[in-house]
Amino acid sequence: MLVFIFKRLIQAIPVLLLVATVTFFMIRSAPGGPFDKDRAAPPEVMIQLNKRYHLDDPLWKQYIDYMGNLLHGDFGPSFKYASHSVTELIAAGFPATAEMSLYALLFAMLVGLSAGIYAALKHNTAGDYIPMTVAMLGICMPTFVLGPILLLIFGLWLQWLPVAGWGQIPGDKILPSITLGSVYAAYIARISRGGMLEILSQDYIRTARAKGLSNARIIFVHALRGGIAPVISFLGPAIAGLLAGSFVVESIFQVPGLGRFYVMAAFNRDYTMILGCTIFFSFLIIMFNLLSDIVLVWLNPKLRQQLSNGV
Amino acid sequence: MRDFSTNLFMRKLLCMIMKTMRENPYNKITSLGCIAILFGIIFNLMGCERKTLVEIGTEQQVIHIGNGTDIQGVDPVVTTGMPEYHVIMALFEGLVSKDPKTLETVPGVADSWTVSDDGMKYEFHIRDNAKWSDGNPLTAQDFVDAWHRALMPALGNEYIDSLFVFKNAEKFYLGEITDISQVGFKALDQQHLSVELESPTPYFLQLLDHHSLFPTPVSVIKKFGAVDDPTNPWTKAANFVGNGPFVIDEWTPGKVFRVKRNPYYWDTKNVKLNAINFYPIEQLLSEERMFRAGYLHKTEWMPYAKIEKYKKSKDPNYRTHAYLATYFYLINVTRPPLNDVRVRKALAYSIDREAITENVTRGNQVPTGSLTPPDTLGYSPRSKMVFNPELAKKLLAEAGYPDGKNFPEIELIYNTQEDHQKIAQAVQAMWKKYLGIKINIKNQEWKVYLNTQKMLDFGLSRMAWVGDYVDPNTFLELFITGGGNNRTGWSNHEYDVLIEKAANAHSRIERYEYFMQAEDILVDQVPFIPIYHYSTNNLVSTDVKGFYDNLMDYHPYKYIYLESDKKKNE
Repeated sequence: MLVFIFKRLIQAIPVLLLVATVTFFMIRSAPGGPFDKDRAAPPEVMIQLNKRYHLDDPLWKQYIDYMGNLLHGDFGPSFKYASHSVTELIAAGFPATAEMSLYALLFAMLVGLSAGIYAALKHNTAGDYIPMTVAMLGICMPTFVLGPILLLIFGLWLQWLPVAGWGQIPGDKILPSITLGSVYAAYIARISRGGMLEILSQDYIRTARAKGLSNARIIFVHALRGGIAPVISFLGPAIAGLLAGSFVVESIFQVPGLGRFYVMAAFNRDYTMILGCTIFFSFLIIMFNLLSDIVLVWLNPKLRQQLSNGV
Repeated sequence: MRDFSTNLFMRKLLCMIMKTMRENPYNKITSLGCIAILFGIIFNLMGCERKTLVEIGTEQQVIHIGNGTDIQGVDPVVTTGMPEYHVIMALFEGLVSKDPKTLETVPGVADSWTVSDDGMKYEFHIRDNAKWSDGNPLTAQDFVDAWHRALMPALGNEYIDSLFVFKNAEKFYLGEITDISQVGFKALDQQHLSVELESPTPYFLQLLDHHSLFPTPVSVIKKFGAVDDPTNPWTKAANFVGNGPFVIDEWTPGKVFRVKRNPYYWDTKNVKLNAINFYPIEQLLSEERMFRAGYLHKTEWMPYAKIEKYKKSKDPNYRTHAYLATYFYLINVTRPPLNDVRVRKALAYSIDREAITENVTRGNQVPTGSLTPPDTLGYSPRSKMVFNPELAKKLLAEAGYPDGKNFPEIELIYNTQEDHQKIAQAVQAMWKKYLGIKINIKNQEWKVYLNTQKMLDFGLSRMAWVGDYVDPNTFLELFITGGGNNRTGWSNHEYDVLIEKAANAHSRIERYEYFMQAEDILVDQVPFIPIYHYSTNNLVSTDVKGFYDNLMDYHPYKYIYLESDKKKNE
């Protein structure tokens, strides 16, 4: 198992380097630079600014310098927030994004799994069709539609929940988390239903039933373990998607998260910030994929056996 | 926000639900529904006792303001945008300031000053109790050091032009002279500052209230690194020293920029607000929603689509007034057929500007046929481009395109935004209707659009200009030959001479005459097509007092205070 984890970590390094390289050259090929503004700075000033941030060096040199600094863990200063480093900004924005993603995930798991398992047990009845139709709608409904609708209903009409902010007014974390999590809840519902249906038709479940085990025991002890395996493998990319895809929700609800920094950095051509965020998110995606693989192996005796045999 | 009647309704509902639950204890669906509604009521009752941020803020003299995009920093000589300016106004003060009602110059750090007869020399007396926010006295030498710093090339000061009003400042900046004492500012003693200008600059006092000439604490900046390093962390909350009515309390990028009262400010006894929260809110719809829910005392803007609704309901929070800014289309005069002035005129004369402001933008904008907004410090342009489709058609035919035949396809670009798109579509339709020509309209992402403009890679391009100070010069110097913002390729020697002459004129009448002549040339040569002068449209809570509508949308915080009308009526 340790060898497996170690191997995967080693594999992550070239992936991250590749991501950094591709991003570096892609953002540089986009027209416009960090200091282009509607009120143009005088040419002498532009020369000074480019010199200050080494933008007047040849591109290959800038690339080598950047990668050199990166290996020392230095993302450099932000072009937009002159007095802040990229690392500081990531540290400032990430906690809110992570917290919101966590709540969204818990919401998605709770709602998605209950709906999925329930639908699998009530296969081909109204108890199956209704939650699955709702889930389909949930998948189709983008957050920028769902967010304002929830805000309108619960924030402005009923005035039950705050309309913006994060940790300022009690309850202001509820709507953004639900908005962000609902799409994933819908996915999880559909995936867990599929997983459960497959497992429930397996021989060992029939055996368990024949042995006279209680329904609850069959579902929660025997079936669930295998049934949620596809959900677990979905969780890795889902967490990554939650973290990196939080921009829209953050803008609608004024959550001071990293997603907003990331997207605004692209608009501002804040080169170092874009690179920093991309590398940081790539790292997280790799880590969460690894984590979900580990959990998957741990849940599945067949895979565990294969690993210990060195396959 | 919430009145007693809703509360009563909630209680009745609660009783009803409890009754239903008692009567049908075994009905699963009813119970589930009741529990869900119960939760809702709990939330609601939680909310009942909760006051909105605005209500709490008004009680505590803490104002909540929507401030557009996130600020890049607060160093007055490094930053450029409007959101930054709003924050800097709270943290720094120049030698002079402006009256928020009349925009006339009033004393700031200097309590008095004298001007020489030729308008070239000023002497300022710094007030006795002028202090930095760390308690140290603010002296004439501090201004000299700050302006010296602002002139350091490595700092990348984008508003460097405003320092070039000082004698020899440009030469110093370009390295032609190296001795700072030769530049036109000098500390005579602790409290006396003498200033010599390059030319009589009638708007010099106004310029002193621009952030690029605000004092920065050079001795403090030195402690945190090189003074000419734009990334120097002296502006972080823990390190910050300023001289304005407020100091930084908290700065969390993306969340809030909070300032609190500066006890060392010379006029602190007249400052009524205890704190200001500036929130970065990029989305206009989110901002409007936050205002409605009682999170903000003031929004930065408001969505155009919502203006009509607020106007109809005569909402007292909706504020609109004329703003010193112009919306126009730049013409790339280097590209055929736009290099022909007849074609440019034909385009300009076939836009029905009133139709645009009345039917498309609908935000109280003022249709215009010239660049400088009317009555800019007593100046109004005397000529303007008119709406005359017949003449336009004739001119286009003279240029060789009768009824628009054989007119090559040209492109009108604008930065991606719904309002710009609507205007471009209206103009496109007008040109099709009146001239029979087809124009392609194309949106571009902000930086791509700026780059396209810079490279002169367009036919027509949307642009807007906001005056830095109330004087025609801030608009008219835009089109001088080689000006960084003259992105048209247009150059006219006579025009340049007139702007130069205006800079050296000794009386206002003479000066305005030069400006009028210059503007006549612009209107005749059409390197741009004016559409309208802006109006501000935003939401300001009626609790906000001491807030006056003016041409510059200038609202110094020391005059603002909060008072609830409800309380007053009680």
